[in-house]
Amino acid sequence: MSSIGTGYDLSASQFSPDGRVFQVEYAMKAVENSGTVIGLRGKDGVVLAAEKLVMSKLHEPGTNKRIFNIDKHVGMAFSGLIADARQIVDIARREAANYRSQYGVSIPLNYLNDRVSMYMHAYTLYSAVRPYGCSVILASFEENGPLMYTIDPSGVSYGYHGCAIGKAKQSAKTEIEKLKLRTMTCRELVKEAAKIIYLVHDELKDKNFELELSWICEESRGVHEKVPESVFAEAEKAAKQAMEADSDSDTEDM
Amino acid sequence: MSLVQPEMRPHYPDYATAPTQHHFSPYADNGGSVVAIAGDDFVVIGADTRLSAGFSIYTRDQNKLFRLSDTTVLGCSGCWCDTLTLTRILTARMQMYQQEHNKVMTTPACAQMLSTMLYYKRFFPYYISNILVGLDNEGKGCVYSYDPIGHCEKATYRAGGSAGALLQPLLDNQIGLKNMQNVGDSKLSLERALAVLKDVFISAAERDIFTGDSILINVITKDGIQDYSFQLRKD
Amino acid sequence: MFNSVMNAPPFWHNGPAPGAFYNFPGASTTPQDFRQHSQAPVTTATSIVALQYKTGVVIAGDMLGSYGSLARYRNCPRILKVNDNIILGAGGDYADFQYVKDIIEQKIIDEDCLDDGFKLKPKSLYCWLTRIMYNRRSKFDPFWNNFVVGGIQDGEPFLGTVDKLGTAYADKIICTGYGAYIAVPLLRDAVEKNPNLTKVEARQLVEKCMEVLYYRDARSFPKYQIATIDETEGAVVEGPIDVNQNWNLAHMIQ
Repeated sequence: MSSIGTGYDLSASQFSPDGRVFQVEYAMKAVENSGTVIGLRGKDGVVLAAEKLVMSKLHEPGTNKRIFNIDKHVGMAFSGLIADARQIVDIARREAANYRSQYGVSIPLNYLNDRVSMYMHAYTLYSAVRPYGCSVILASFEENGPLMYTIDPSGVSYGYHGCAIGKAKQSAKTEIEKLKLRTMTCRELVKEAAKIIYLVHDELKDKNFELELSWICEESRGVHEKVPESVFAEAEKAAKQAMEADSDSDTEDM
Repeated sequence: MSLVQPEMRPHYPDYATAPTQHHFSPYADNGGSVVAIAGDDFVVIGADTRLSAGFSIYTRDQNKLFRLSDTTVLGCSGCWCDTLTLTRILTARMQMYQQEHNKVMTTPACAQMLSTMLYYKRFFPYYISNILVGLDNEGKGCVYSYDPIGHCEKATYRAGGSAGALLQPLLDNQIGLKNMQNVGDSKLSLERALAVLKDVFISAAERDIFTGDSILINVITKDGIQDYSFQLRKD
Repeated sequence: MFNSVMNAPPFWHNGPAPGAFYNFPGASTTPQDFRQHSQAPVTTATSIVALQYKTGVVIAGDMLGSYGSLARYRNCPRILKVNDNIILGAGGDYADFQYVKDIIEQKIIDEDCLDDGFKLKPKSLYCWLTRIMYNRRSKFDPFWNNFVVGGIQDGEPFLGTVDKLGTAYADKIICTGYGAYIAVPLLRDAVEKNPNLTKVEARQLVEKCMEVLYYRDARSFPKYQIATIDETEGAVVEGPIDVNQNWNLAHMIQ
């Protein structure tokens, strides 16, 4: 990072000579400093899981959530700066509410995704603003089945079967690739998601974290919500057991 | 004088061809009467509990006395939607005053504020007959009565609302001792005030269809506010 | 002598007319933001019958949307469950009702999105309705409706109503429209005889009122909905229910 960006990284409205917009890349760096968030889309729904890093023991548990409801049928998880993400959440909620008031039906996820992407992209075009320092995962369950999108600070978005953003996105993606997502149910995915979050959590660098799990599937009546307490407890227990088994085998190896 | 006479046709409501025109008035007369009587160290205020519109009684159990502080009570009658709005703003203003000044607003201050609030809506008034009672800074009972646009008058006794015109002369006679001969200027007792208050409401309920069902009475003394209720005729 | 209309030409132009003030050129004296206010109701719904019993509330209303005296729409639901605490009935202009309904439903979605476990309470909705109704009447553009709010708050049943002016009151018996003349006396009589109505009794009473209203209110309809709310069974909207018609008496009326 020595001098490549020199002079061209102060504004989002200017390219560098080699065709990059540094402000956007820095925004992506902000995302990579934040806790890992994954989304798994199975055959009957989507599961979102977040590793919420707890910076201080003095923080109240359960605050500063990383998974939000956007509408009845849409969930959003983010990684990055929480204040930036809240604004994206607010925009998404307004888009969803506006669509509902205009057309009387719930907003299609691809349309919501387009709108939010365009909004985030607009913040990569002007010198007076900075890009959003967060990536978001949008999840919903529609007539034709589950849907999931991820939007970058650049405003680029893709649809996914499984995705990961944040600190350990690489190792999380590797784990996700091992799953046969298309054939799995949300019940199964919740456990896998919890396991992955526990697995990719770096205990050395970040001491405490809270696991967040939400889903939108047939079992939740097509509504995005936190997974029920029993399901959560079960998934967390399975994840912890898997970790223990893992560390046992690690010691055996040594 | 126009040369052409307007079309003279009999009006048969059942065969009217034009659609019914609904006209809209932002006001309603929801009836109700308020009577207040002040003494040297107390004040009583009573209001009936009938909420009506025309010939229909909405409810027989509507409190129209609003406690603004431990020494101030406002009685309202007239347009009920205005009453709801005004009293809600008043309550908020009382709270704001308390928080700004660290003391509860006195009755005279409250009386002035109410007048200002009513006059602020001079050209789209709150259609309410207000009677504000309380203890003044010396602990003496006082009554303030208002017209809908903020005229304020301090008195010792007052009747307002749908039976106001019916009751005021009665109070003039019984409390003000007007047109009475051989009466001394004996001090008004609380018992006497309460008895007269009940009697005048019974009289009002006889003649005024917008007053009835029951009355709620607040007695304000230095010890606080006491509630009483009293049944009236319900027809 | 003068022109053909036999009118003398004005002595001078652009000056003050005798007895009038001078109108400066350019300054328009007519307001530019003309708006037609206080429109009349168009498609209307008739009475709402509501009764509070010992542990809950019943609200009923038929499903007719009248176009003046024409029984135009015969499937207009106007009793709704707002959330687990609140049921709502509406009479008057159906378009205004739908508009307000959409706002309320969005309020509920917004609240669910926050996911803090808080649920709108009946007295809050009732108070909010008084405010929007009063606001619109103050703009001379009222919502032409009667709303009846029923629900459970702090373990106690609540029943209140708001009209197009914002006039609001709470009572155990509330009927709007013709119900105020026809059903209220029946209900008051029944409640006086039996102050502690059970749910079944309350329901039967309301059903009877709907029957009588169908006989006497020309803008009523023999198909209605009924909503009940109490702590044990929650908020339930049932219907369409048919009026139990009995015209045996008809031939005796000359």
